[in-house]
Amino acid sequence: MGAPLFAVTRDPLRLEDLIQAIGAQADGGGTTAGAVTTFLGLVRSENLGRQVVRLEYESYEPLAIKVFERIAGEVREHWSTPRLALHHRLGSLRVGEASVAIAAAAPHRAESFAACRYAIERVKQIAPIWKHEYFDDGHTWIEGALADPDDRGAREDAYKRACA
Amino acid sequence: MRVTVRLFARLRDIVGVAQLSRELPEGATASLLWNMLAAEHAGLAAYRDAVSIAVNAEYSKMSRRLADGDEVAFLPPVSGG
Repeated sequence: MGAPLFAVTRDPLRLEDLIQAIGAQADGGGTTAGAVTTFLGLVRSENLGRQVVRLEYESYEPLAIKVFERIAGEVREHWSTPRLALHHRLGSLRVGEASVAIAAAAPHRAESFAACRYAIERVKQIAPIWKHEYFDDGHTWIEGALADPDDRGAREDAYKRACA
Repeated sequence: MRVTVRLFARLRDIVGVAQLSRELPEGATASLLWNMLAAEHAGLAAYRDAVSIAVNAEYSKMSRRLADGDEVAFLPPVSGG
């Protein structure tokens, strides 16, 4: 069985799994995709002046998968053709490890870049995932956006960033 | 009726458990359930206007009427990515 389009997993993320999932390999397999854009989010060594040691991610997993499917649906509404795969890592991650991986395939590069950017903005807005940051002399929960999938302003903001 | 409550991230730390069960009157809303928990755990008050809710793993609203057996999740502001 191939890799799923949408996943939350404790295993390391592999971009090739996402590219395979959207069926856009450069193997002459009859795909209509002319472009794949990928995004890999990494654990950064510094946050708000703190020296980050590791991050611990947790998720409300069944809702997270539904949210990823929803984001893919929104992407299709905006750009009609892109196909999207989205995987998010859970558990304890060291600096430099990948926390989120996205692949977007489309006939042309403009849509694949835009779809990929839109997807990561929406993940940050509405995916039920939390990071607990451990730094050199303490730890804290990171709290970002109040998740509201029906907030049109947030969605428009993600669209504007995607098309900037 | 009885519902299951799921708590995540800092909300779980405040309450001390990831999951609990509550008996509610018929017709109770998610808001009533939140108020019950907030009355027991003072630290939740700060999240009154900064909590999202999901019922049976679908985003919902505080005004949602709950049913016996529902799984109600309270979600602090998210920080994926």
